[in-house]
Amino acid sequence: MTGTPAIEGPDEAETLAGVESEAERARGKGPSSPGREPPERARSMWSDAWHDLRRNPVFLIAGLLIAFLVLISVWPGLIASRDPLSCRLGRSLDASSAGHWFGFDTQGCDVYTRVVYGARTSVTVGVCATLGVAVLGSVLGGLAGFFGGVWDAVLSRLTDIFFGIPMILGGLVFLSMTGSRSVWTVVAFIVLLGWPQVARIARGSVITAKQNDYVLAARALGAGNARMMTRHILPNAIAPVIVTATIALGTYIALEATLSFLGVGLQPPTVSWGADISAASQGMQFRNAPHILLYPAAALSLTVLAFIMLGDAVRDALDPKLR
Amino acid sequence: MSEESQRTEQTERREPILEVRDLVKHFPLTQGVLFKRQVGAVKAVDGISFDLYPGETLGIVGESGCGKSTVAKLLMNLEAPTSGTIRYKGEDITKLSGRALKAVRRNIQMVFQDPYTSLNPRMTVGDIIGEPFDIHPEVAPKGDRRRKVQELLDVVGLNPEYVNRYPHQFSGGQRQRIGIARGLALRPEIIVADEPVSALDVSVQAQVVNLMERLQDEFGLSYMFIAHDLSIVRHISDRVGVMYLGKMAEIGSDEEIYEHPTHPYTQALLSAVPVPDPEAEGRRERIVLEGDVPSPANPPSGCRFRTRCWKAEARCAEEVPLLAIPTPFEKAESGVAHPSACHFAEERAAVVAA
Repeated sequence: MTGTPAIEGPDEAETLAGVESEAERARGKGPSSPGREPPERARSMWSDAWHDLRRNPVFLIAGLLIAFLVLISVWPGLIASRDPLSCRLGRSLDASSAGHWFGFDTQGCDVYTRVVYGARTSVTVGVCATLGVAVLGSVLGGLAGFFGGVWDAVLSRLTDIFFGIPMILGGLVFLSMTGSRSVWTVVAFIVLLGWPQVARIARGSVITAKQNDYVLAARALGAGNARMMTRHILPNAIAPVIVTATIALGTYIALEATLSFLGVGLQPPTVSWGADISAASQGMQFRNAPHILLYPAAALSLTVLAFIMLGDAVRDALDPKLR
Repeated sequence: MSEESQRTEQTERREPILEVRDLVKHFPLTQGVLFKRQVGAVKAVDGISFDLYPGETLGIVGESGCGKSTVAKLLMNLEAPTSGTIRYKGEDITKLSGRALKAVRRNIQMVFQDPYTSLNPRMTVGDIIGEPFDIHPEVAPKGDRRRKVQELLDVVGLNPEYVNRYPHQFSGGQRQRIGIARGLALRPEIIVADEPVSALDVSVQAQVVNLMERLQDEFGLSYMFIAHDLSIVRHISDRVGVMYLGKMAEIGSDEEIYEHPTHPYTQALLSAVPVPDPEAEGRRERIVLEGDVPSPANPPSGCRFRTRCWKAEARCAEEVPLLAIPTPFEKAESGVAHPSACHFAEERAAVVAA
């Protein structure tokens, strides 16, 4: 016989196997027998993440702020009873008063009402742009990562080209060419320039997931591409995409405000914090009436902060490696 | 050993279930980013032939990088061979695709090396073992699947109530059992096991190997058992093939390989196995090979092993030794009469003693 460090004899090994399976059975019986501990709750990545998030104060604060923002962007009437577009020049730049807490802007519109109604624009742009970027980016990046080859090479060079276009410069060029701009024009622009960021993350993440043995195992079983992508790769590759998208949401809101500030974003009558900040800074009006700049700017900062905090918390919970 | 040699004789009379002939896999080496041009090839598997008979276990041993795992992937149709054929019951499966390939996959399944990456962490054990039935719905009617999955868990020695758990709630040995259950789900005839116990600790290795032996008897499986642990391969295998740098160096029954090795590489491998008796360990002669395994991108001419072989002569560099029973042993009665790819094949007493 040659040396047999692993198996001294079949008998001993059998006994060992017997002991283990007995022990396993004994342990396994625990949950089912009456009066014992309840069945162990199966914990997936998502339930683990949720468990972490519920205990994270950053997530709770951000979550409350965002819940409030979403609420007032759906029903602004809940906390603002006036019309943001009813403006009287006679009240231009009036300071705050009992019925008008934030005072009036240059056009004589109620700043408080406009700040409340501006939330809808920001949240819509942020959420829709993020959804668009995440879907387009992860589909294109994911397919490139999954199939590789020529499509991957083409997509990678394409993302490089898009990365070379600065968002602000791109906005000035693209958006100034459009005649009238709605919320959807701005969303489309952000999706157009934003998808490569997510595509890159999704591509890398899919390539990592693709190399796992369980994907090979699925292929060995005869699984088709669709099954491998949806059952095996997507659930294991989506976390970094969600993290990137959540953090990007805040920056897209800031980007919309920046574009509106530069005059290539949203136009009246759309109520937008960026446009209001832009109007307030015209002709140094805010020196005499700081409230017309302060309140929309504060609302914008708070919103961006809330979404970025949410993104940070989600990242910590879902993907500690990215920290 | 007499019982085992009987078993070998029985298997040899039967038709092989898998015939591999001149299997070659070269991975191209390319240069350039946009315009890729091939500058060479890693000759991972370079002309391998063997048969697998129903109900037998063929062990494949060899160093890291000798092409063992590539052979497994080729058999599983996870890689397309550069040339050569793999016949399953007479049908060449290397050219199959679509429905025909899917049908063949039912009969050849794989157990992977690393139980930590071979199970999808986002799926429950029930979903993992039940997935083969989703892919091949004809095997089990929908209402019957849960019961089948629980049966499989029971067969591999796990509690059937574990169906709703996730892989991370199990130990390495238990995970490997889950992997085996998944491999068994479609009732395949052949299981390709690529280092199924290398990632497990020694006591668990024994359990998994014994489980695999029990399942082989129960379901009449043929195993292709790839490993680098010579002792485990001897324990489970009926026949053993020794690979070196993409080629088969020697192949024969476990007794022929372990008791009567004639290829110098096999002798060197066997002499490296420690002997549990300190006195014998002190007395025995170890063959220490010099140098490293050459790069498979640029293998030596003639015999692949000649650069590290103490017997190498000019002939070895010019003439590729064929895998055949060496001429001096053709009429031999003992175990030396088995295929060995060496010009100077001979028995070596010191190794046999170990």
